[in-house]
Amino acid sequence: MSQTPLLNDRDIEFLLYEFLNSEALLERPRYQEHSREVFDATLATAKTIAEKYFANHNAKGDANEPTFDGENVHLIPETQEAWDAFAEAGFLAAHYDFEEGGMQMPEIILRAAMSYISSANISSTGYPFLTLGSANLIHSFGDEAQKAKYLPPMMDGRFSGTMALTEPGQGSALADIKTTAKPQDDGTYRIFGQKMFISAGDHNLTENIVHMVLAKIEGAPAGTKGISLFICPKFLLNEDGSVGERNDVALAGLLHKMGYRNTTSTVLSFGEKDGAVGYLVGEAHKGLAYMFQMMNEARIGVGLGAAVLGYQGYNYSLDYARNRPQGRLPSQKDPTSKQVNIVEHADVRRMLLAQKAYVEGSMALCFYASQLFEDSNTATTEEERKQAFTLLDLITPMVKSFPSKYGLRANEHAIQILGGSGYIREYPVEQYYRDNRLNPIHEGAEGIHGLDLLGRKVPMNGLAGYQALKDEILASTEEAKTIEETSAWAKSIEAALASLDQTTMSLLGTLGKGEVDLGMANATVYLDMFGRVLVSWIWLKQAIIAVKALATDLHQDEENFYRGKLQAAQYYIQWELPEIDYQAKLLQSQDDTCLAMQDAWF
Amino acid sequence: MKILVAVKRVVDYNVKVRPKSDGTDVDIANAKMSINPFCEIAVEEAVRLKEKGVATEVVAVSLGTKQSQEQIRTAMALGADRGILVETDTELQPLGVAKCLNAIIAKESPDLVIMGKQSIDGDNNQTGQMLGALSNMPQGTFASEVAVEDGTVNVTREIDGGLQTVKLNLPAIVTTDLRLNEPRYASLPNIMKAKKKPLDTTTPDELGVDVAPRVQTLKVEPPAERSAGIKVADVAELVEKLKNEAKVI
Ligand SMILES: Cc1cc2nc3c(=O)[nH]c(=O)nc-3n(C[C@H](O)[C@H](O)[C@H](O)COP(=O)(O)OP(=O)(O)OC[C@H]3O[C@@H](n4cnc5c(N)ncnc54)[C@H](O)[C@@H]3O)c2cc1C
Repeated sequence: MSQTPLLNDRDIEFLLYEFLNSEALLERPRYQEHSREVFDATLATAKTIAEKYFANHNAKGDANEPTFDGENVHLIPETQEAWDAFAEAGFLAAHYDFEEGGMQMPEIILRAAMSYISSANISSTGYPFLTLGSANLIHSFGDEAQKAKYLPPMMDGRFSGTMALTEPGQGSALADIKTTAKPQDDGTYRIFGQKMFISAGDHNLTENIVHMVLAKIEGAPAGTKGISLFICPKFLLNEDGSVGERNDVALAGLLHKMGYRNTTSTVLSFGEKDGAVGYLVGEAHKGLAYMFQMMNEARIGVGLGAAVLGYQGYNYSLDYARNRPQGRLPSQKDPTSKQVNIVEHADVRRMLLAQKAYVEGSMALCFYASQLFEDSNTATTEEERKQAFTLLDLITPMVKSFPSKYGLRANEHAIQILGGSGYIREYPVEQYYRDNRLNPIHEGAEGIHGLDLLGRKVPMNGLAGYQALKDEILASTEEAKTIEETSAWAKSIEAALASLDQTTMSLLGTLGKGEVDLGMANATVYLDMFGRVLVSWIWLKQAIIAVKALATDLHQDEENFYRGKLQAAQYYIQWELPEIDYQAKLLQSQDDTCLAMQDAWF
Repeated sequence: MKILVAVKRVVDYNVKVRPKSDGTDVDIANAKMSINPFCEIAVEEAVRLKEKGVATEVVAVSLGTKQSQEQIRTAMALGADRGILVETDTELQPLGVAKCLNAIIAKESPDLVIMGKQSIDGDNNQTGQMLGALSNMPQGTFASEVAVEDGTVNVTREIDGGLQTVKLNLPAIVTTDLRLNEPRYASLPNIMKAKKKPLDTTTPDELGVDVAPRVQTLKVEPPAERSAGIKVADVAELVEKLKNEAKVI
């Protein structure tokens, strides 16, 4: 069984330098030291590490899930080599400033680098992924002493990190968590409670594990405003920063998953003895707010993970379809004629095109979001930074949910293309599907993102983000209408946007009348509708670039690349976008079929 | 001790090259380019010798178009200290390359030259040997192990039927085989450092070398597609087919 090629270098290059203008970042003061060569070399290193140290055990890690002997967690040894390679290459520190020991590398370049690594082995990528996230929390909200103690070892790979939010009783509704923190005279806290599903919660890859724990300080107000964030390391640190005694955090057990198996999923007990020592991060009761400030970032990461898993299935099934002879075209009646490779069948091409449209569309969406994230931090004017943040905040529910839903659907098509071979473990596509099935669940379940979009992100600040996105989309359609190849698509997207507008106003109207349960009842359909409009626009933007490139003298490979972009844009806009017509009808009618269904009637 | 390593810009090993439709050459106009894998091994070996304290300086040389700078930067990100580009748009062949390298040797006086045994585009396996002759330096080709001691280098060579170890007086030329080492990847801090390392450019003219091609490509065509196999009933039929159809016996 051959190794699936990781992503498509040409597409990554297209996204970075044609769809986005990443070279323009070099003009920003923060990136003066960099160059296109440095960006390219960074991606080359990421790809080498992905191929050599991550792809090598993707299947092995799936077949040999982590075990716990009551004392220690055991992972296949390749996991350690992968962690070491990631850390030694400098990827745990790359996004920080030079003076902090980082490489001052732009977000978008690191996202592209991460795409290669995740595509090779999503579950071993879990360890660095969570470490980056938890270090960022300390970096943003910790005090100077905390930063000095924890960040250097988290940047060089001696310590790893986790995000400990979920509990056995609480997942989506974190406001009701039970874990408590008792204040001590020395200013520290003792933490008591159980956390569940904590990824990378125990292992021996690093000297220490830094848990970022959400808990309620005794006597805190109820609800979201009573939750605080704590640093709670597996081993306490001595004054000089060296690793000391074991903290009162115990692994209660490992969970056994459908996919993502080589990332340990843990149940952690805090305070089985006299309490786990925890250090408050930032101010009391602001923990959830801090977490939410990191969400946009984390959610781009989840979206991208889902997109690259979809991409791997697409790559594999495409190669398979090009090499699997089976049957003949309907017009061929001669039984002695050679069988065609299944890529010749229109129905197989449908499944390939759908995958291409979903995964390349998802990648482009996530890269666009990354660019907004970058701009919200480093764009030249305050105005531009605010605008980027406003847009990013609005689209984040789709950036997470669209790839999670359609990357998974892409994997389903990949399995179908392989036929029986798709269903057996001798081929990699069923693993991609199992791995990807997590993404609509964690980092906010799909339904929760629907509620967030309709209840918060759209109406926020007088629909500021929503209006800003509409302006962006209309600017593209205006341009696309002047181009022969794209003008019909532009009109379809304008009609779709008008329909989204009517739907939005209708739903907000219901909410405004106080009929909140009815207005929110079908929010997940609204999320999907919004995603379709958004991704159609992302495809239109790609199509405009492709048409312009095709007007020049191109190498055959280049021509094929751009023709592929156009055909995928056409597929998405002609086959997938029109689904919104029925969604709009359903939503605007305030359909209450699901809401009115009674528990007893099931 | 100074080490000179030669690095060549070639089509990436993952690319499936095709002939141009007019059969004049292979079509690499749009292909991804990388450092030749054997050259990467040469760089790794030189850097390891430096890390062991055996070598004090590693100089990476490349010949070709301006874009070959990228491969020199790659070598510097892996640990070479500085680079020299011999820039030319002329198609380079082993003899021209060997002459240019010989001219660089005259200027730089390295104690050791490490280069790939061949490049994966031309597959000639000639440059190291030609350079040995031109420079009058001893050569250890197809190295799978290199050990420097007291003015000599022991090179273990991969030859038909086993391994052969030769002892060469320095300065010497070593060409690398695949098993010599596993090249490292460039870490992000080293990529940034490479940007600041010196890279000089010269030309074959300045070196007084005529690199005009001596070998002319007549035609490039893809290998014939393999036709489906057949089953033979017995040995007699096999022999008959080998004799009369395949005409190999
Ligand atoms: C492999 C894996 C890794 C994970 N890693 C981590 C980690 O590292 N750290 C961490 O803290 N957590 C982690 N989680 C937990 C994950 O974030 C939660 O599982 C997720 O938030 C959902 O919570 P839950 O499982 O309690 O489901 P529930 O919250 O019980 O939700 C169940 C279903 O009910 C729906 N639902 C819930 N509330 C509402 C509502 N108000 N309106 C409409 N529908 C609703 C949801 O959409 C969902 O479909 C991980 C989970 C898994 C499976």
